[in-house]
Amino acid sequence: MKHEGYDASTLAAGQKTIAEFRNVSKRFGSVLAANDLNLRIAKGEFLSFLGPSGCGKTTALRMLAGFEAPSEGDVLLDGEVVNNLDAHRRPVNMVFQHYALFPHMTVAQNIGYGLKQQRPRLPKNLIAEKVSKALDVVRLGGFETRRIWEMSGGQQQRVALARAIINEPKLLLLDEPLAALDRKLRKEMQIELQNLQRQLGITFVLVTHDQEEALSMSDRICVMKDGRIVQVGSPQELYDRPRNRYVAGFVGTSNFFDGKVTKVTGTRASVRLENGDEVEGSPVSQVSVGQSVSISVRPEQIKLHRSGDGATARVLNRIFLGEHTEYLVKHDTLGEFLVLSPRQSELNDGPFNTGDVLFASWEASAALVLDSK
Amino acid sequence: MSIRTRNWLLLAPAGTLFLALLIVPLTVVLVFSFGERAPAGGVVPAFTLEQYANLPARWTAFKNTLTLAPIGTLAALLIAYPLAYFLAVRADPKWKTILLVLVIVPFWTSILIRSYAWIFLLGGRGLPALLEWIGIDGVRLINTPFAVLVGIIYGYLPLMVFPIYVSLDRLDKRLLEASSDLGAPPWRTFLQVTLPLSVPGIATGCMLVFILLMGEFLIPAMLGGGKVFFVGNALVDLFLQSRNWAYGSAVAVALVVIMLITVTIYMRLLNRLGARRDDVAIM
Repeated sequence: MKHEGYDASTLAAGQKTIAEFRNVSKRFGSVLAANDLNLRIAKGEFLSFLGPSGCGKTTALRMLAGFEAPSEGDVLLDGEVVNNLDAHRRPVNMVFQHYALFPHMTVAQNIGYGLKQQRPRLPKNLIAEKVSKALDVVRLGGFETRRIWEMSGGQQQRVALARAIINEPKLLLLDEPLAALDRKLRKEMQIELQNLQRQLGITFVLVTHDQEEALSMSDRICVMKDGRIVQVGSPQELYDRPRNRYVAGFVGTSNFFDGKVTKVTGTRASVRLENGDEVEGSPVSQVSVGQSVSISVRPEQIKLHRSGDGATARVLNRIFLGEHTEYLVKHDTLGEFLVLSPRQSELNDGPFNTGDVLFASWEASAALVLDSK
Repeated sequence: MSIRTRNWLLLAPAGTLFLALLIVPLTVVLVFSFGERAPAGGVVPAFTLEQYANLPARWTAFKNTLTLAPIGTLAALLIAYPLAYFLAVRADPKWKTILLVLVIVPFWTSILIRSYAWIFLLGGRGLPALLEWIGIDGVRLINTPFAVLVGIIYGYLPLMVFPIYVSLDRLDKRLLEASSDLGAPPWRTFLQVTLPLSVPGIATGCMLVFILLMGEFLIPAMLGGGKVFFVGNALVDLFLQSRNWAYGSAVAVALVVIMLITVTIYMRLLNRLGARRDDVAIM
């Protein structure tokens, strides 16, 4: 590979590119906030940048908005390089993290702000009409004359959304838009955002550190770490075929066992774990003998039995979740790991209680052999 | 001790001061203003409107105050706003504190001494001499309304800078990004977001400076040289030189009434501007 950064500059056939990062880097003083980003964003898709704080996701978003210019490389919008195009000239709108609603304006004035900036000027009654339509879209009809501080957090969120979509932007950027909402409201807004995106057909680009949010809403997720893109793919792809240990740990929960590859045969690889055990697994990408890898096994892929094959494991903790039960078990040499058992297996084998010694096993196909980075 | 008693105790020191140094003297002045001048300089109690009828004799003082105070306030605002904006929005955070301290450094020296400095600067051997040297002759600066205006602006600038600085500093910078994101070029963002949101600071600054200017007497006395005098100078003259307390009291009452009227009108205007908001207390 020419560069270490993940190249996501290919899209499925038939998809039109609306925005693109080409070898984009951004420096703030000595800090490299974005490092050689390559990414195409498809027209009409819902793409999320996912990663912990400081991974560069917000910088990427701000370069799309026009608040930051790339230090190297090009940012393209609709096929044109827009590196130094001011934010107010871009057909892009943003929903800010804490909404950034204008406190000295009414709800209608906030929402109509973008239309009011258009030159030649739009007639007042047209603005009023569009504002009232946008309010209907976010289910706030009749709130025109309300003041911002009279609105709840959820309502302010909708006003921010209405204000951003009224200009019919080519890209709608969302910077952690749900972070300030409580859990229940967040779930509701996730569904609403998805519906809105389908209804409007606008390309949504979301920034979040919440994997659940990214998984539930996005068509594609771009996982970032230390300023680089680590992997881009659909939620299922990232979950089933994570590129490395980092992605597997960030997208969903997983158990990791470190080791070295001893043998590669076809679609399987043998890995000697740190305790000396040798296990079989499925490499996601090319691995070679001697390479340091992590075996990743999702908690729901591990089966617990009272008898039979498998590693002996003592139940340390049991959390009943209704449909599933989550067990924290401990193996003498492999350490602790999580198991998610479906209700049915409990009904067959009886509930496993804290202190029980059981056997844990998994299919070789469920044990992913990942680059340990 | 009941909560009530404790609340009264909290208010007692300030309340006593307020009563003894504001309400009582004002009442005395009001009573004096209806009296007559005593031959030795005191006041003979009476009820006459004679002193008020004589007010037009001091018209010049009122005229000077009522033109130079608003002009001074406006000029201070026009100079202070860009400075406050720079300090709050543009200045490197590293330098901010130092720059803010620089704004108040002049306060460490008495206004009297600073005004003397201006007398030298504006006097014959100061700026005019410099102007003469580059070929502009016959400029007289000291003892003109201009000199008084310069002194006023210089003296009161920090009082205007600080409230505006605070309102601009508190302004959420993301609002400016939001405005830009929604298509407003920088100057329209300024007019539609920055300026309206700094109105509370402007209002406070103007009010502070204007009220203090209405009662100013030191700067006109020093830089106006007896030619450009304020109501404050007239009061000094009436109470200390002419010893006409009754007439002086009437002039003082007139000044207070004028101030009350202007400030009331000003507040009304502000509220109509829609500057009254729950998140920013004006005053």
